[in-house]
Amino acid sequence: MIQPLHACLILSSLLFCIGLAGVLARHNTILMLIGVELMLNAANVNFIAFWRYGAWAGQSAGVMFAIFSIAVAAAEIAVGLALVILIFRHVRTTSIDRVDGMKG
Amino acid sequence: MISKTWETLLVVKLLWIIPAIPMLAAGVLALTPRGYRRMAASLAIGSMVLAFLFSCLAFYATMIPLPYSEAWRQSYNVPWFDIGHETVRVGWVLDPLSALMLAMVTFVGTCIFVFSTGYMAEDENFTRFFGFLTLFAGAMLGLIISNSLLLLFICWELVGLASYLLIGFWFHKPSAAAAAKKAFMTTRIGDLGLLIGMVWLYSETGTLLFYDGGFGCLETKALIGLVTPAISGGTLAVTGIALLIFCGAIGKSGQFPLHVWLPDAMEGPTPVSALIHAATMVAAGVFLVGRMLPLMGADMILFSGSSPTLYIVAMVGSFTALFAALIAVAQTDIKRILAYSTVSQLGYMMMAIGVGGYPAAIFHLLTHAFFKALLFLGSGSVIHGCHHEQDIRRMGGIAGSMKITFATYAVGMMALSGVPFFFSGFWSKEAILHAALTWTPSMLPFIFGLCGAFLTAFYMTRMMGYVFFGNYRGDSCHAPHESPATMTVPLVILAVFAVLLGFAGTSFWPWCQSYLTAQRVRFGWEEFLHAWPLTGGSIAMVAAGIGLGWKLYISRPVGGADAPDILETMHPKIYNCLKNKFFVDEFYAATWVRWCGAFASVSDWMERFVWGGMMRGAAFFTACLALLNSETDERVVNGSFDGGCKVLKASSGKLSLFQNGKAQRYLCVIGAAFALLLLALEMGVKL
Repeated sequence: MIQPLHACLILSSLLFCIGLAGVLARHNTILMLIGVELMLNAANVNFIAFWRYGAWAGQSAGVMFAIFSIAVAAAEIAVGLALVILIFRHVRTTSIDRVDGMKG
Repeated sequence: MISKTWETLLVVKLLWIIPAIPMLAAGVLALTPRGYRRMAASLAIGSMVLAFLFSCLAFYATMIPLPYSEAWRQSYNVPWFDIGHETVRVGWVLDPLSALMLAMVTFVGTCIFVFSTGYMAEDENFTRFFGFLTLFAGAMLGLIISNSLLLLFICWELVGLASYLLIGFWFHKPSAAAAAKKAFMTTRIGDLGLLIGMVWLYSETGTLLFYDGGFGCLETKALIGLVTPAISGGTLAVTGIALLIFCGAIGKSGQFPLHVWLPDAMEGPTPVSALIHAATMVAAGVFLVGRMLPLMGADMILFSGSSPTLYIVAMVGSFTALFAALIAVAQTDIKRILAYSTVSQLGYMMMAIGVGGYPAAIFHLLTHAFFKALLFLGSGSVIHGCHHEQDIRRMGGIAGSMKITFATYAVGMMALSGVPFFFSGFWSKEAILHAALTWTPSMLPFIFGLCGAFLTAFYMTRMMGYVFFGNYRGDSCHAPHESPATMTVPLVILAVFAVLLGFAGTSFWPWCQSYLTAQRVRFGWEEFLHAWPLTGGSIAMVAAGIGLGWKLYISRPVGGADAPDILETMHPKIYNCLKNKFFVDEFYAATWVRWCGAFASVSDWMERFVWGGMMRGAAFFTACLALLNSETDERVVNGSFDGGCKVLKASSGKLSLFQNGKAQRYLCVIGAAFALLLLALEMGVKL
């Protein structure tokens, strides 16, 4: 019988891998941002899982971490979307293949 | 008097401006495009007029210290460059000699320039012509004022260069190109002597400045230094130097052994002939001897009063005077007759310097400059009017159609022949003959001079008879015509001076001679009356010459264009010999030129096979070395470098795949690195 913590960690690993695959494989910038969100949420699942099955499950530190993380993710996605819009204005596409200005 | 001195000094200091003006004009003209004909002519004439005005100022400045203080010769020297411990200095000198020459050259030059605008009107290289003319005049003016043999030599060579360019101005004619080459090479022979003399003089005296406040090479101190070792049994340096310098003058002034270039120089345009033969080039030789006179006569001390150098100068001069006059008798080219006449007159000047009549020589130089320029420009006018015909046998009877030319030409002819009392040539020739008569070492110069006077009168009358009297023998469909005013006005001006100038040096008022020797001029008839037998004799000679010429060529007009000369029918052999210029050219061609040719072919053979073989061997060896070098370079140096570069390029190409600027590639890398990190941690790697 699988322990609940392990189940949670497997779930979060799957989530992370799906997110990573999304980021790496998708060409649309918005879909890549969605992948990033998935990876972040895998981390949030880990926060909650380790808190719920850890030694100090009574206190609310794990929830607070998750909430902070979600807030930071929200801020980050705002910046990310703003970047996407700027890139779109610049190259008239949301395809990441056309954006290669980061080479030195 | 004292207050005037600083003005004189300023004039001396700024004397360099006079040659600088035409030089500058020459520089500008060299850059002027062909089309700007009017500008070229006005620039050239303007520069000459300006130089003439400055020359007048200089002339006036020499008059201020007269009579006859110490300040009659002023020089101004500037350091030019240093060699070792020696400072080479150059400078300019203002004395009666240079002032007179300046005024003469600029004045005659201006007349010739104005004449050229008419004569060269149809030439397409008009601007180039004026560029050369101004260079010529500037070089001559520089030569006149220089107070250093070095500076004089530089200008001397510039004069030679300009004459080469001008004689060969119509270089598309092979004869003109050959004449230019001949003039350049022949004068170069003399110049070599001058150069050696100059070097020798420098090694003996340590200075090339003529006047340097008592230390110049023409001043007493240096001359005594030159003569002293000779007295104590040393070398005859002073005679050697003087004769070498005289070599230069022989070449430039067309004296006997090196006179051959001068008649050939007639290939140039006629104004050039006038400039070369009247005002500038040939006068340079006489001027040089006149300028170096203290050195020329310095060996007088060694030979109890008679200088061997001056003896040689007198002999060369008098021989040339007679020799060239004889040749001129039998020539048929209008300009060649005048050329031989120039050689002859230069001989007179040299003779005068040699026999101690230096002022007479310079006076004759001045009067000759005017009347010979007049004659050359007159002959230019005749040639222009006869549609570029130069053979006097194809002229004749043009006195009526070219009245101004005829009148001025007659004045020039009478001045050259020495027709008494009213023509300048009479007085200057008289002064020379008088000097020759009083010369004790030999009577030959006087006899030659007297014979030369007879011949001069004869050949000039012959020429007048051929050109202006009788019937027109040229092409009958082109009648001769008078030249435009730009050509006749200079003729008239020169004719006026050919008459008036004589009165500056008559024997009863010898102003010019006194001015040159810085003495007070005295008016008196004693000299004139004293020399009366001589004067009578020379007048008789001139009268005989003109009379004979008149009888043979004018009273009985010349037959046809192809009829033989009267002298030829009388004495064919003598005439033939004179016509062929005593075969001097042929003699040179058979000896000197042939030896040079043989030497040249030997040198050519040596060059081709011996030196050339060595050269080729060395070249082959060098080529082998070069091949080796290039192979090493190609294979070893370049190969290794190229290989390194290739590897670097390939690897960096691969590495650059990781950095293609796309976010996903970076993420891949990060992801792979993360996975590897995890794997490593899993396998128990300690961090």
